[in-house]
Amino acid sequence: MGKGYPTIAFYPEKCNGCNDCVEACAQIKTETSEPVHSRISVAKDPDDEFYGLSLCRQCGDPRCVMDCPARALTKNEDTGVVHWDETKCVNCQICTLACPYAGITYNRITDQVMKCDLCNGDPACVKACAPMALEYKIGAEIYNTWGDLEDLFVPGVGACLGCNSELIMRHTLRRIGPNTVVATPPGCIPGVGSVGVNGITSTKTPVFHPLLTNTASMLAGVKRYYNRIGRDVTMLALAGDGGAADVGFQSLSGAAERGEQMIFVCVDNEGYMNTGVQRSSTTPYGAWTTTTPVGEALQGKTRDAKPLPLLMVLHSCEYVATAALPFMEDFYMKLDKAIEASKRGMAFIHIFSPCPTGWRFDPSQLIEVARKGVETNMVPLWEYENDLGRINITHVVNEPLPVVTYLKSIGKYRHLSDEQLVYIQRKTDERFELLKKFTKESKLEGLSDAA
Amino acid sequence: MPSAKYLIIGSSHAGLCALDAIRLQDTEGSVTLITRDESLPYSPTILPYVVSGDADPEKIFLRDQKAMDHLNVTFLKGETVTTVDTKAHSVRLSSGESLSYEKLLLATGATPVLPPVTGLEDEPHHVLRTLDDAMKLRTALENKHTALVVGAGLIGMHAAENLAKIGVDVTIVEALPHVLPDYFDEDGASLIQQAFSDKGIKMHLGCTMKQVARSNGAQLVTLNSGETISSDLVLVATGVRPSIDYLSEADIEVDQGILVDDRMRTSADGVWAAGDVVQAPGFFDSEKRLNGTLPDASEQGRIAGMDMVGDSALKPYKGGIGMNTYKFFGHRAFSIGLIKEANTGSDGREEDRVSAPDLEEDRVFSPASQRYQKLVFQDDRLVGALSINTDLDPGVMFEVIRRRIDLKDMKAQFVDHPQETGRILMTKVWR
Repeated sequence: MGKGYPTIAFYPEKCNGCNDCVEACAQIKTETSEPVHSRISVAKDPDDEFYGLSLCRQCGDPRCVMDCPARALTKNEDTGVVHWDETKCVNCQICTLACPYAGITYNRITDQVMKCDLCNGDPACVKACAPMALEYKIGAEIYNTWGDLEDLFVPGVGACLGCNSELIMRHTLRRIGPNTVVATPPGCIPGVGSVGVNGITSTKTPVFHPLLTNTASMLAGVKRYYNRIGRDVTMLALAGDGGAADVGFQSLSGAAERGEQMIFVCVDNEGYMNTGVQRSSTTPYGAWTTTTPVGEALQGKTRDAKPLPLLMVLHSCEYVATAALPFMEDFYMKLDKAIEASKRGMAFIHIFSPCPTGWRFDPSQLIEVARKGVETNMVPLWEYENDLGRINITHVVNEPLPVVTYLKSIGKYRHLSDEQLVYIQRKTDERFELLKKFTKESKLEGLSDAA
Repeated sequence: MPSAKYLIIGSSHAGLCALDAIRLQDTEGSVTLITRDESLPYSPTILPYVVSGDADPEKIFLRDQKAMDHLNVTFLKGETVTTVDTKAHSVRLSSGESLSYEKLLLATGATPVLPPVTGLEDEPHHVLRTLDDAMKLRTALENKHTALVVGAGLIGMHAAENLAKIGVDVTIVEALPHVLPDYFDEDGASLIQQAFSDKGIKMHLGCTMKQVARSNGAQLVTLNSGETISSDLVLVATGVRPSIDYLSEADIEVDQGILVDDRMRTSADGVWAAGDVVQAPGFFDSEKRLNGTLPDASEQGRIAGMDMVGDSALKPYKGGIGMNTYKFFGHRAFSIGLIKEANTGSDGREEDRVSAPDLEEDRVFSPASQRYQKLVFQDDRLVGALSINTDLDPGVMFEVIRRRIDLKDMKAQFVDHPQETGRILMTKVWR
């Protein structure tokens, strides 16, 4: 497996062109503030909205390294930095021809090339950037941490193009590991192949196919059996919103109330997608489905979605969280906590799972659509920890986008009238306000006692 | 007969980039890498710096044995290929041994060409293409006071400068009317020539060598002008030609070099070629030509390797663009693309290759400050960039050309502020 390295991330929308980064770079490298010594620069067209950044990308497969005749440039496998060795450099300048980003440039004062070295892991430009347009981050840290774990689903499952559920299956099981019994009730996940064909499953763990109605009860029974014979095995349900919020709710609610030990993952694609896109209780207001059609009488669903994760909080589960895959670090953090919590009782993770096929959007836009869902606060990311007795918003959106930017990217909302858009915005704000009330430093009085 | 899934002949940039591309996809298939040198892989570009002492010959190697072991490569030094049998998928080596291959890459580079000069073959003279050449020249320079460099291409000019820097009295002879004719126009070359003569280097331009003889330990070179130059040492740098002699019996199409398509495939099944040895499609027209630059060798090698291993991310070769960077006596220059085709010299005189009347150019030439910038456009696309002592980023200019970016409304701004506008364009491409 490869390795993810730290990098300097740039947020163009935050950059105001103040050039403090340029000065900070020149200062730390030469103790002057002459821009000619800076390894970083920003520029924009007069009619452009955002600044662009010229800086070494510390490429994974760097052209400058390939083209250096003196081996003065090398990619450091430990730090990821493309390192320039002054003692080997013969000043031929071919590296400056290799880089399309002006990441390695000629300095006419020193008569040498220069490039960013990430300041040994503490970049001066990032510290100098008041609007926080620069961020030093290890973008792929979860990859370093979990990348070597085995993918417990076989390749080549039969999911639709751009399916979010496939990602959820693979990541969830990769993290939870092989010592697991998986239950996948009817829905997309068995549909794409978790329970396989002709008696061969596509998981590398034991998997079974309960009814839509009894997933949590069956897992509870299996877990109790393992507990009795003294084996520590993790129970995992990968259920759709139908198998969790609709007909599956009775057994889920019962198991949660009894404190059965399992991780119950609800893959919420807001409807019955594998049977022909029918509405479910988590289908949002206004959404088109084949059973909430758009025509003269109806303009999509007339009722609001059932707030299943909040209901699960009120069941005093050991752990409840919402998740979305654009925020993978957040998701893995929640899986970690769910694994621990499932040793004590019910851990419930509700994953927002846009569906290109049923929602009518381009499969290539999956992650973007999911991101907008979070950044409009339609799908806030939070967690509830029973032992702490409070809800914590794990991804704070400082300036939420208007819901229309999310809705307009999805075909099932194409028909929405202005009134409907106003309603959805209002409802989203209300629900978010309600959620915030649960989060205020205050403990959720009574909940822990009730457990 | 020993066999290799991937057999790579030549271990400079093209061969090594192919090796890396192969190992990214296939970590287990057997790879054999063969070089004619007795040393670890190096770049011919480093050699003038080895001669001058700027580069430590112990530290120039592009890979060490550990890296070869890490990549699980069988590395054979000091071997050349004598014949290729494309039907039997095998090569014969100079050691007499034969090797079979599944996929073969020919990256055998180029060999110096000697001009037809009376007495040259019999007289001691130097060329500079291998590390061995460089070490011989370095040793020969001890106690030498004068050197004659024949040919003012990049190798000749680098060598001349580096010899001058260590105190040798250098004379350059070039057949064409100005130095670095492959990369610079007359005005550009005039600035370079000025810098060289300021350092005491004598240049005989538009002259050829007619005869070489020996007199009192020194070599006497007679030029076509009738002039005679006495020198302790002669370095011939009049160009190179692809090393393809071993293919005379092989069923592989060659012209001046090995003919390849946009995936570096030769006419023979299972045989690829890359680097200075090939004649590949050009960027501005599809005619196949020699290019022979380091960045092109890397690019071609990478493409060949990706195609050999079946990497689906492969993007076909966009075509060779003439380009290079050139550093001389503290000045910095580069040249990319069509910089001579539309040229009119500073005095309005038409220069040699006027072949594309639809090209339009923007020039800023200030000999007093030793600065020159020329941008060449075809419609609203940049097709050439030349710079001496300006702040342009060569990599950005190259990418603007390579992506055939239609500058449209930005053209005027690009002409006025090429460095900043180019960088902005690239950040947009990135975003």
